[in-house]
Amino acid sequence: MLQIDLRHSFPDFTLEAAFDVPAGITALFGPSGSGKTSIVRAVAGLLQCDDADVRLGARNIGRLRPHQRKIGYVFQDARLFPHMTVLQNLRYGGRMDEDQVIALLGLDDLLMRRPAGLSGGEAQRVALGRALMAGPDVMLLDEPLSALDGPRKADVMPYLEALRDQSAIPMIYVSHDMTEVARLAGRIVVLDRGRVVVQGAVEDVLADPVAVPYIGVQDAGAVLTGRVVGHADDGLTKVETGIGALWVPGVAGRAGGPLRIRIPAQDVILSRSKPDGLSALNVLPVTIAGLQEGRGPGVMVALEAGGARLLARVTRRSALSMGLAVGQNVHAILKATAIAPQDVSDR
Amino acid sequence: MTDWLGPAEWTALWLSLKVAFWATLCSLPFGFAAAYALSRGQFWGRQALNILVHLPLVMPPVVTGYLLLLGFGRTGPLGEAFEALFGLVFAFRWTGAALAAAIMGFPLMVRAIRLSLDAIDPGLEEAASTLGASRLRVLRTVTLPLAWPGLLAGAVLGFAKGMGEFGATITFVSNIPGQTQTLALSIDTLLEVPGGEPLALRLALVSIAIAAVALIISEALASRARVRGRG
Repeated sequence: MLQIDLRHSFPDFTLEAAFDVPAGITALFGPSGSGKTSIVRAVAGLLQCDDADVRLGARNIGRLRPHQRKIGYVFQDARLFPHMTVLQNLRYGGRMDEDQVIALLGLDDLLMRRPAGLSGGEAQRVALGRALMAGPDVMLLDEPLSALDGPRKADVMPYLEALRDQSAIPMIYVSHDMTEVARLAGRIVVLDRGRVVVQGAVEDVLADPVAVPYIGVQDAGAVLTGRVVGHADDGLTKVETGIGALWVPGVAGRAGGPLRIRIPAQDVILSRSKPDGLSALNVLPVTIAGLQEGRGPGVMVALEAGGARLLARVTRRSALSMGLAVGQNVHAILKATAIAPQDVSDR
Repeated sequence: MTDWLGPAEWTALWLSLKVAFWATLCSLPFGFAAAYALSRGQFWGRQALNILVHLPLVMPPVVTGYLLLLGFGRTGPLGEAFEALFGLVFAFRWTGAALAAAIMGFPLMVRAIRLSLDAIDPGLEEAASTLGASRLRVLRTVTLPLAWPGLLAGAVLGFAKGMGEFGATITFVSNIPGQTQTLALSIDTLLEVPGGEPLALRLALVSIAIAAVALIISEALASRARVRGRG
């Protein structure tokens, strides 16, 4: 467990953040300029804070020099040493679990290459391996995918998921991409202007309409966990979730393991009666658990069934004309094709 | 071939090489330290250091030589200290010529090294420190290897400047054949002797050749430093 309590005055804003990071990935989410990178730099000792209390178990590392902290840092730009080979880069901080790390990140074919000859995705995998081989007590991942284009992101993502599944240390994952957060993180800390505004388990925070203003209307959407129950011949897969069974594309062949699906609030339609003759495949009976009006023309509706939660965004006009109210039973309608493959992941 | 220059001229050439070599070797660590401080450091007096380093470049060389005479002469405070501590005498010796060459070449050396340090991404040094490397290890394993073309370029420039130094040297250690009469001083002497002009011209050609080669090497190394720094 990593416990962070920081205070630092910048010329234009004040950082004042305290939160805990248990083992597993905790996402640090927020708009640019909200202080995400400042926090990880402070944890690593690269930013000297006015007041820094960083506890790792019983050890307070907040006043140590960066090289004494045993913190693995993966930067946005890979920052590989250009005068060394990949293998020399990997071994710079140590040779902890060398063979496992090389296998985990698929680095076998790169070892004798120079950083200048690597693609962005390969360089980032090497940077990840280099940080791991130093045997860190904490990993800090500062937007490791944001410098990569779409296909390269998809290349690196499985390695990050493997890292999450095989590592038992606390990891902070800085991101402003909700798709990445929903796939990787177990917990989320949302920042706004240097302060923590919401924190908790990803499933809870993303389904909480109160958190929507900080996450952004476009990015809002609950994360459901489910289990594959069967594949149909037409390429669709039936996934059993807490809120009901869903037909999902793009996971054909995956066996009954746990699955995580992000449902953007924008893509959920509400109906008071059970619709008939509709092309959408997923119609779920749910109960309205909360309504949250924002500044815009939309209303965020929290829906509940079987202990799981879903978020839907409808216009205020629809909410009025339908007479939506807490406790009401409605149907949530979801197009199977609205669920993007990158929003479906293991666990 | 040996008749091409007279024995006095060969002595002057050899002396120049010796003076420039030691001047470069001894000032290189200080040159790197000054360049590192100017490139990486954020401290009070940084601007003052910058000016101090560059003064010999803009001051009349005679003034530099005179200041050296005051400081490092037989009765100068620093001269006395060096003689007492290390038994090292500068006044009217080739060591004095080397000191003058080192001081005059210092700004050029620092500039070249600083350029190569500025070209190194400080993020690489940060990354090394998060991997457990102390400041010294970062310097040894990341900064120095990436800056070495700049170091060499600085050394070459300092060497070339040392080979040709005139004003500060003649003011500080005078023009003593075999002791302080370097290439440039020798040319000056030859120009004042009747019939010395052909020899002076030959020595001038030698100086030009050395300076040109030094510049070519320095440029090549500097462009290499830029490429490496970018990674």
